[in-house]
Amino acid sequence: MSVVERVVPAQLPPAREVKGPTALAGSFSRFVHLTWTLAVQDFKLRFFGSILGYLWQLMRPLMLFGVLYVVFTQAIRIGAGIEYFAPTLLMNIVLYTFFGDATGGAVRSVVERENLVRKIHFPRLVVPGAVVLTAMFNLALNLFAVAIFVFASGVPVRLSWLMLPLLIMALVVFATGIAMLLSALYVRLRDVGPIWEVIMQVLFYGTPIIYVIELVHVEWLQQLMMMNPLGAILQQVRHTVIDPGAPSAAEAIGGAPYLLIPAGIVLGLFALGYWVFSREAPRIAEDL
Amino acid sequence: MVVPNSKAPDAVVVNDLAKTFVVPRERSHTLKERALHPLGRRHADQLDALSGVSFNVAAGEFCGIVGRNGSGKSTLLKCLAGIYRADRGTIHVRGRMSAFIELGVGFNPDLAARDNIIANGILLGLTASQARQRVDAVIAFAELEEFADLKLKNYSSGMHVRLAFSVMIQVDADILLIDEVLAVGDASFQQKCFDVFNDLRDRGKTILLVTHDMGSVERFCHRAILLERGEVVAAGDPHEVATRYLDINFKRDEPTVAQPQERGGSGEARAEEIWVEDALGEHKTALQQGERCVARVRVKVTQAVEDPSFAIAFVNEQHQNHFVAATALEQERTGRFEAGEELIFSVEFDNRLGPGRYHLSFQMAQRGGGEDIIDRWERVTSVVVVSSRSAGGLVDLPCDMSIARVARGRSSVVETLS
Repeated sequence: MSVVERVVPAQLPPAREVKGPTALAGSFSRFVHLTWTLAVQDFKLRFFGSILGYLWQLMRPLMLFGVLYVVFTQAIRIGAGIEYFAPTLLMNIVLYTFFGDATGGAVRSVVERENLVRKIHFPRLVVPGAVVLTAMFNLALNLFAVAIFVFASGVPVRLSWLMLPLLIMALVVFATGIAMLLSALYVRLRDVGPIWEVIMQVLFYGTPIIYVIELVHVEWLQQLMMMNPLGAILQQVRHTVIDPGAPSAAEAIGGAPYLLIPAGIVLGLFALGYWVFSREAPRIAEDL
Repeated sequence: MVVPNSKAPDAVVVNDLAKTFVVPRERSHTLKERALHPLGRRHADQLDALSGVSFNVAAGEFCGIVGRNGSGKSTLLKCLAGIYRADRGTIHVRGRMSAFIELGVGFNPDLAARDNIIANGILLGLTASQARQRVDAVIAFAELEEFADLKLKNYSSGMHVRLAFSVMIQVDADILLIDEVLAVGDASFQQKCFDVFNDLRDRGKTILLVTHDMGSVERFCHRAILLERGEVVAAGDPHEVATRYLDINFKRDEPTVAQPQERGGSGEARAEEIWVEDALGEHKTALQQGERCVARVRVKVTQAVEDPSFAIAFVNEQHQNHFVAATALEQERTGRFEAGEELIFSVEFDNRLGPGRYHLSFQMAQRGGGEDIIDRWERVTSVVVVSSRSAGGLVDLPCDMSIARVARGRSSVVETLS
């Protein structure tokens, strides 16, 4: 027999129903807190124990940039006649690196955090969210390096630079949509990993990153490249930040109304990603 | 299932909760496998982890959830914690709830204890500032002040566990779900954990503890719930539930026929069956310590015998006769039994045997010194004695304990403390 008196708490909040895990778990502020915490933790850990620390993170895009720059200005010379080719190339590589980190890192994120997912109730969306946020931290730091290059290349400061945060936001929304979609699908379908790697390769060469859109002389191909949101965003960044002489995304795609296509893809993928993730969230812990 | 003295409102109400897992026999994870075996998904087993579980836990109640492995208790806890979504039924809770399925989930070995405490606190539902405020209290409770800035990978496993437990109890929730985290740490830290449980209970927290340890159920819980095959089979008094659990747990345990099974004697009579009953006359393979029980032997007489002696021995696992009941000393005249008669020899006793497995041996001999053995049947069957309160002795004799203070310089008892 138990002999202990039971202490009855003075007051209780009203009853609420426990419904199982969801993408956001009802509390957006908790989602933000947790995403931030995990992203900061990841960011710290990435440089733990390395002497050069953050510099390594910078090194990757810089090395790629260095090689490509030398090849394209000295050997193949496709960048030779282009104004501000160096800052354009570096900017493109840095933005592409962000996109790759955010989406590629998110693919396996839920599975890698299996331990948390199976044992703690928290908004599931935190997991891919933190990956995107960590990639954003890196992007912010890498943009400093780009800024130095931009200034060193003699690009004048313009008011249109204020567009940059908006364009980066568009890229973040695009990456987040894909991150949600892939991380949810990967739980049940492991093929998503290699498939996405291939797509990233295609995007690297199929988007004007290492070359510029003016070099694409086939009109439909040019338009097609701009329909890819990544292409449109990079092009607009080049136009507003580095070289106003370069065609804007609207010009390259053949008219501003056509921009609704990449915009629609971004928003559509975001909605699809959120929908799929929300649909899978309750069962992720079981399917792992 | 109604809580006695349930004036308190219910903090947790579970109604008709069901959860089925689909366990694919061969998991198809890749597109290729799916394309090659489009019907592959049909090869799946349904596993009913929970089938219609309903119970209430009153606010301020310490409720134990017990059950064998695979009885669904962990699934229940995960549904309560919001990690699994139930297929059917509802769960309502009143108050902030925190679940501890495992200690130290989300700890990162490459971060210092301090950073881990903050991260873990936020993960468990604190805000960042709350988590930061509690760091020192957590470290103090874990007694790890000297190691606060040491990376977790350099912690010993004991330190790890202490830290994890401390983080857990610093999260103030109204309802705590705890999954067998008691069996951790050294003895002194374990005591500290017990103190914490008592303290939480006294502060009016509602606690659901999933455990195998009937000792802690009886020690802490106001009430217990027994799950078996995804259903609540008993709920109520912790002692009764613990007894029932031990019962169920050993039921499947078939009595092992010990070998060598020696059979000797002149054979005027033969024992045909030996079994043990509880006070209600039900055959048992597991006996609860402290209860009245009966060991019985059914004997068939083939030639008339006069005043034979009977004995039943409980042999422990070290092959020692732990307890022997023999008529030879008590009752020389047992009577005359004719050929063809059947008789039953019974030994009724209060079970004071220590926990463990006992084999039963039977012996029947002619009147006299017991040398002329009619039937000897050794280690025929076995029973398990279970106890949630044994202090570990070979036997648990009923006893009274008292402490008396002896006045200085004298040897007489002046005051008895009770």
